[in-house]
Amino acid sequence: MAPLSTEESQALWLSAKVALWATALCLPTGLATSWLLARRSFHGKVLLDALVQLPMVLPPVVPGFLLLLLFGTHGPIGGWLEAHFGIVIAFTWKGAALASAVMAFPLMVQPVRLAFRMIDARLESVATTLGATPWRAFVTVTLPLALPGIITGTMLCFSRSLGEFGATMAFVGNIPGETRTLPLAIYNFMHAPDGESAAWRLAGLSMALALAALLTSHAVSRRAERRLGYSETWGTRAQH
Amino acid sequence: MLSIDLQFARGDFLLTARGQFATGVTGICGASGCGKSTLLALLAGLLRPQVGRLRFGHTALVDTSAKLFTPAWRRHFALVFQDGLLFPHLSVRDNLLYGFRRLRPADRLMSLETVLRLLEIGPLQQRRPAQLSGGERQRVALGRALLYSPRLLLLDEPLSSLDERLKQQILPFLKRIKEVTNIPMIYVTHARAEVDYLADRVLFMEAGQLLA
Repeated sequence: MAPLSTEESQALWLSAKVALWATALCLPTGLATSWLLARRSFHGKVLLDALVQLPMVLPPVVPGFLLLLLFGTHGPIGGWLEAHFGIVIAFTWKGAALASAVMAFPLMVQPVRLAFRMIDARLESVATTLGATPWRAFVTVTLPLALPGIITGTMLCFSRSLGEFGATMAFVGNIPGETRTLPLAIYNFMHAPDGESAAWRLAGLSMALALAALLTSHAVSRRAERRLGYSETWGTRAQH
Repeated sequence: MLSIDLQFARGDFLLTARGQFATGVTGICGASGCGKSTLLALLAGLLRPQVGRLRFGHTALVDTSAKLFTPAWRRHFALVFQDGLLFPHLSVRDNLLYGFRRLRPADRLMSLETVLRLLEIGPLQQRRPAQLSGGERQRVALGRALLYSPRLLLLDEPLSSLDERLKQQILPFLKRIKEVTNIPMIYVTHARAEVDYLADRVLFMEAGQLLA
């Protein structure tokens, strides 16, 4: 494979930056949302659940359009951010990271929430009767037990962010060096005369990256499972 | 020592409990579903009564009329569940030390070595809970509670998940705990024989009512 051109490697590094930021946004918010959905009952839970899943089933251009309305320079949030902090989201890489985060969020929440639900809540009760505050119980019991699910969610979220296309295109456009991530660059090359070999290279690179991320996630979460003492008999452990 | 006057309702289940618990071992006997575990959860601070008071010694821990509720982690009681509920990701040793590490050294009434010897679990320290037998697991759960030096030890059917042979093996350990540590205990079970063997007094519970 020929070495990457400047334009191609620019797209690659931009993608990495955007995906890392998107994952960093999704991790804390995703953990909190998953915990709420797995452990709490409250009014509007069904609605929150549906909202979280929504980006998976909507045409990606719709969240992109909504983000533009909210975070555009004239949008309520975008205007406020620019007026008070001088931060511009629309048509910048920050916007690309935000769009990726919104689209990848369900992939973070799903496995983490499942992991939280698998943990016997009475283990947290035991921890509090041994002097741990609920927060300490969460950090010392719930989080480590959910680690394999958290790793899976993080890797899925990262991979999905690398591949984000529709929402990014609608929200921040296709600006070389700013918002033209790998998928957008591929799209561009596909439509450029003589762009086919570059599109091929980037497509191959995307597949290799996605595959590597999924395999790494699998290996790391398996290792975490073993370290936590989850054996094959984990599922047969008495739950009640 | 412990005095309670509690009401707790969930759905159409109503629990009322009033009484004084002296030091030593108090057995509470009742059929399954009568509310024994709910009562222990109320005493431990895992559940909030709708109405009532709970005092330990001279300290009020719960008084709904004054909006006072002391949560589990500030009561310094320990609760042992029937299936032990060891933390599956921690070694036996780290399980044992979970509450112990949260105590100021001055509040630690027992050392790890004492508890290991008392319950004969020294050789198990490096194992994972999944590698323990039912009886071993329950002894480790007891040890974990003891190392927290609780002011009151609550036992929720600690033997009911064990077969008869194992029960006979663990009961002497419980008696030993009682004699060696002097920690007051409330022992809930449906098996009368266990409390006859262990308890200084026996109370009965029926359909959500503690009959003192």
